Amino acid sequence: MDIREAVVIALAMIRANKLRAFFTVLGTVVGVTFLIAVITVLKGMDAYMKEDFAGKMFGYNTVTVRRVPQEGGFNDDARRRAWRRRPRLQVADAEWLRERLQTPGTLAYNSNGVAPVGNAAGKSVKNAWIVGSSASFFRIRDYELAEGRPFSEQEAERGVPVVVLGHDVVRRLFPGVRSLGKTVRIGGYPYRVIGVLEKQGTVFGQSVDNFVVAPFRSPINGSMYRYDVAEEISFKVPGQNLVPVAMSEMEGLMRIRHRLRPGAESDFAVETSESVLGFWNKISRFLIIALPFLVGVSLVVGAVVIMNIMLVSVSERTREIGVRKSLGARRRDILVQFIIESATLSGAGGVIGIGLGLLLAALVTAVSPLPARVSPGSIVLGLGLGIGVGLAAGVYPAWRAARLDPIVALRSE
Amino acid sequence: MSTAPGAPVIQVRGLEKHYDVGAETVRALRGVDLVIERNEYVAIMGPSGSGKSTFMNLIGCLDTPTAGEYVLNGHSVAALDDDHLARVRNREIGFVFQTFNLLPRSTALENVELPLVYGGLGKKERRQRATEALKAVDLGDRLDHRPNQLSGGQRQRVAIARALVTRPSIILADEPTGNLDSRTSEEIMGLFARLHDEGQTIIMVTHEPDIAAHAERVVMLRDGVIESDRRQVPVPAGTEWIGARAATAAALSEG
Repeated sequence: MDIREAVVIALAMIRANKLRAFFTVLGTVVGVTFLIAVITVLKGMDAYMKEDFAGKMFGYNTVTVRRVPQEGGFNDDARRRAWRRRPRLQVADAEWLRERLQTPGTLAYNSNGVAPVGNAAGKSVKNAWIVGSSASFFRIRDYELAEGRPFSEQEAERGVPVVVLGHDVVRRLFPGVRSLGKTVRIGGYPYRVIGVLEKQGTVFGQSVDNFVVAPFRSPINGSMYRYDVAEEISFKVPGQNLVPVAMSEMEGLMRIRHRLRPGAESDFAVETSESVLGFWNKISRFLIIALPFLVGVSLVVGAVVIMNIMLVSVSERTREIGVRKSLGARRRDILVQFIIESATLSGAGGVIGIGLGLLLAALVTAVSPLPARVSPGSIVLGLGLGIGVGLAAGVYPAWRAARLDPIVALRSE
Repeated sequence: MSTAPGAPVIQVRGLEKHYDVGAETVRALRGVDLVIERNEYVAIMGPSGSGKSTFMNLIGCLDTPTAGEYVLNGHSVAALDDDHLARVRNREIGFVFQTFNLLPRSTALENVELPLVYGGLGKKERRQRATEALKAVDLGDRLDHRPNQLSGGQRQRVAIARALVTRPSIILADEPTGNLDSRTSEEIMGLFARLHDEGQTIIMVTHEPDIAAHAERVVMLRDGVIESDRRQVPVPAGTEWIGARAATAAALSEG
């Protein structure tokens, strides 16, 4: 008896008993639904974190020096106190680095503050991010301008009060009105608008367009952030292969700058967008490890249910088994028939689960900022698990069926 | 199967079957000797407890004897294991049951194809041979009917087609008319007579003398041994029913 035939018979059995078949494979359906939904959302998150989030927030191929690491994670109080004792990075440090770095690339520095931004028409944005930066900052973040221009090296050096506005700020201060050349007030200081940035979009549903960029040494220096203190010194290299080289060079130079002895712990942090993703990687790894456990539980429950229903099915169809045996079915034929039936049943449950899982993932994406990405591997895995559960659950009932005595089986009602 | 054409299809010598029931051993068969030639039409009779069911199970290769020799179509089958017995059943024996035993969800054609599925035949040849077998029992126009769309007599004819389709050495019928009214019984007996005329060996287990009367040889079992084995002139199928109608007509005219 070939397998295709057994599958056809099994599908006919399912059609004849739809409701029972559905309840039989509910465990498989739930397990596979979970699997698909979680993997799809997780994959989406992963792609999002790596491609979008990291790029937007830190820039690609960029090495950043900070006083304390931005990377999340669980840190104790002692470590936090140690971080607070570290020396702050200075604009002078950035300039010192720029002169000495051998690796090709662009160096920028910036500090941030939060302040209201208002205009002459009386409109204002309450909590805008105020970024004071070097002129090279625009190249590091890949910021595109919708209108106007970024500020020049000369403007940055002289601290000219000019500003480039983020998309949200423009929308709220100058709705439908030309903004270039107008004056806005940042923390009380008048700034001339010279550029408007393209919309950056959202990160986890939060807009990242509510910010303005002005020359570091313009009047906000010392009021929005400590005078001449650079929160971040960023170095963008032209290729990913240069990132580790740049990292170690930055590390080495900063240790010289801070006169650290060999063996002493660095009193600064050198990070890349990848290392900032470390925390996310920890979370996703945990989920990836926990997921098989969750899915496994429902699949085991599913397998037990399928096994029981298959045992019922075998005893209901004892007569049929007797007839098949009298007509020449060998033990193997009966065994294969019932295992295939069980696998087909559960495989169908897997298919339903894949459908529901994708639906659930789509639903999650629709109502939350979580992105989803369908992974073909997860679909293959879901189908495989569905069939596998059926195979495993079918073995014992099929074995019971196969070793039935044909005489006893034929006599049963 | 290469067997001399003159050799008997069934040779049974000293066949015994014992069952352990608790501490006791029941000797259902106590040494049965029987030879059935090709194209014989044999009825096996006996009261319940005579061992006739046990004998039928052994002849049908559904079970193996405790002792004795059984040669079916030139092959000794007394000591075969399950899977070899299954193969022998598939090739040599066509079962016809009292309750028809058709698969309820399958069509007539699918039911008849089933033994060929286990025989390992391809789909096309199966379809062709099953169709032929159904035509041979006058059901060529019922191929796609399911058992519940067929009458009792038609169902039994599907079962007979299923028994014939593998071209077996013997048709083994267990009370084939037990679930049929007398008119349909005659119809089935007529079909058996025709198959017999065409050269088929038929062994029929029954407790009804009327049915056994259609065979040309009657073997009586009692207490696990053969009590009698006689040849007879078979009653042609259909006469009984005609006789019954005549009697009814006579009774009515008298009344």
